Amino acid sequence: MQELINRAKELLADGTVARVLGWKAGDLPYNPEPAYFETAEALEDFVYNGFCGANLSKYMIEASKMEGKTMVCLKPCDTYSFMQLIKEHRVDREKAYIAGVGCKGKLDIEKIRARGIRGIESIEGAELTDDAETLKIQTIYGEKSLAYADGMLERCHVCKGKEHVIFDEQIGESKETKDAERFGEVERIESLSPEEKFSYFQSELGKCIRCNACRNVCPACSCRKCVFDSNKFDSSQKANVDSFEEKMFHIIRAFHVAGRCTDCGECSRVCPQGIPLHLFNRKFIKDIDELYGEYQAGADIDSKAPLTDYTFEDAEPSIVGKRG
Amino acid sequence: MPLEKKEFKPKIVAFCCNWCSYAGADLAGSSRLTYPADVKIIRVPCSCRVNPMFILRAFEKGADGVIMCGCHPGDCHYSTGNYYARRRMTLLFSMLDYIGVESGRTRVEWVSAAEGVKFSETMNSFVEKIYSLGENVRLGDLRCKN
Ligand code: SF4
Ligand code: SF4
Ligand code: SF4
Repeated sequence: MQELINRAKELLADGTVARVLGWKAGDLPYNPEPAYFETAEALEDFVYNGFCGANLSKYMIEASKMEGKTMVCLKPCDTYSFMQLIKEHRVDREKAYIAGVGCKGKLDIEKIRARGIRGIESIEGAELTDDAETLKIQTIYGEKSLAYADGMLERCHVCKGKEHVIFDEQIGESKETKDAERFGEVERIESLSPEEKFSYFQSELGKCIRCNACRNVCPACSCRKCVFDSNKFDSSQKANVDSFEEKMFHIIRAFHVAGRCTDCGECSRVCPQGIPLHLFNRKFIKDIDELYGEYQAGADIDSKAPLTDYTFEDAEPSIVGKRG
Repeated sequence: MPLEKKEFKPKIVAFCCNWCSYAGADLAGSSRLTYPADVKIIRVPCSCRVNPMFILRAFEKGADGVIMCGCHPGDCHYSTGNYYARRRMTLLFSMLDYIGVESGRTRVEWVSAAEGVKFSETMNSFVEKIYSLGENVRLGDLRCKN
């Protein structure tokens, strides 16, 4: 982290960048938040640790409109989102100085809480520099410990790899975290009966409070005017235009990002209701891979997105029934 | 007296492209071929005009099955519309199957303006399939637990 701060100070001092986009400490040990830093003094609040899961690439849409360059800290998976945004002409590559930051897996406070660890006062071992495999958590009920991997975000267990697909310089070490099959859960659901499938999704989606966090955080959801914006009430984006949108929100949104979703995992991370939104996106990714050839959105700049492309030999929709 | 159970009358929506399948339906009519009255045809300029939301909306409004018909691949009036539609519908149908709407309730069939017979046969077999699957109780509201 210190290395990152020092480098940020240098770049600010020599005028390469006008600001730094990173994370600053929050009011609790586990909620650092995205922030801009414009001076060396401001960088005192800069943090980079296991709780910096937030993908900063979408902020670059706004930062691209600002004066001067922005140094943006992107983890390996975040760089896919950034690449996809360049491809969709939503960010200006020239306005970004990309610090590809190392990553040893990001933590999910909900997973830690789910282990019955409450009343957290401080957490040790969530620093990137710390080699410890265990989190030491000081709570109001005494000290608890948890294996780092057990507190990790779902997406880190199926990490795409620790390569930055785009960067100006790389800072910090990474560590392999992948220990699960990316499509494992999707396959499990596919094998259920129609009744079981529906009741599973109904019970998950029934929890949704339509806060729109999943849409707002998504780097692929960068439409200036979204179909889910109500044109009736300027002040309240949340209000649904009609009940149809309310009911089908998740499928429509997943379809809109199909072929463009990099599987960055932000939607599932931010959902306050813990809805596994990645199961929708990944189903599309799995189908695209199987039917139209492996495709990773954001891996390159010039490939055609699967839904804006076709071949004469594409499978017929009846394949859905045949695959069983 | 016990209430009699209402006979199942499926609601089936067919999106037909103006240039091929709708004309195919016309031909079926003028050739005096029959297809069940349960099928409600919606004419669209091209199969590619069928936004996935149309299909979802049909299900939300209580459709028991949705079928989309267009020109044969290679014969699209706009050259390539149906190729895009083919990918889109494949992914959408697969997603619907994934959330529990049986794949038998969705179908794509390519019917040309000269294929009145195929149109009638397709609709008959699709309706039969929907009768066998019964009422679609899902997707009225994906989010509310009954
Ligand atoms: S849909 Fe979710 S996983 Fe996909 S790009 Fe958006 S936030 Fe990331
Ligand atoms: S939900 Fe659809 S319309 Fe809205 S921002 Fe996302 S992709 Fe765009
Ligand atoms: S973040 Fe979760 S609760 Fe909020 S709208 Fe998305 S799915 Fe619903």
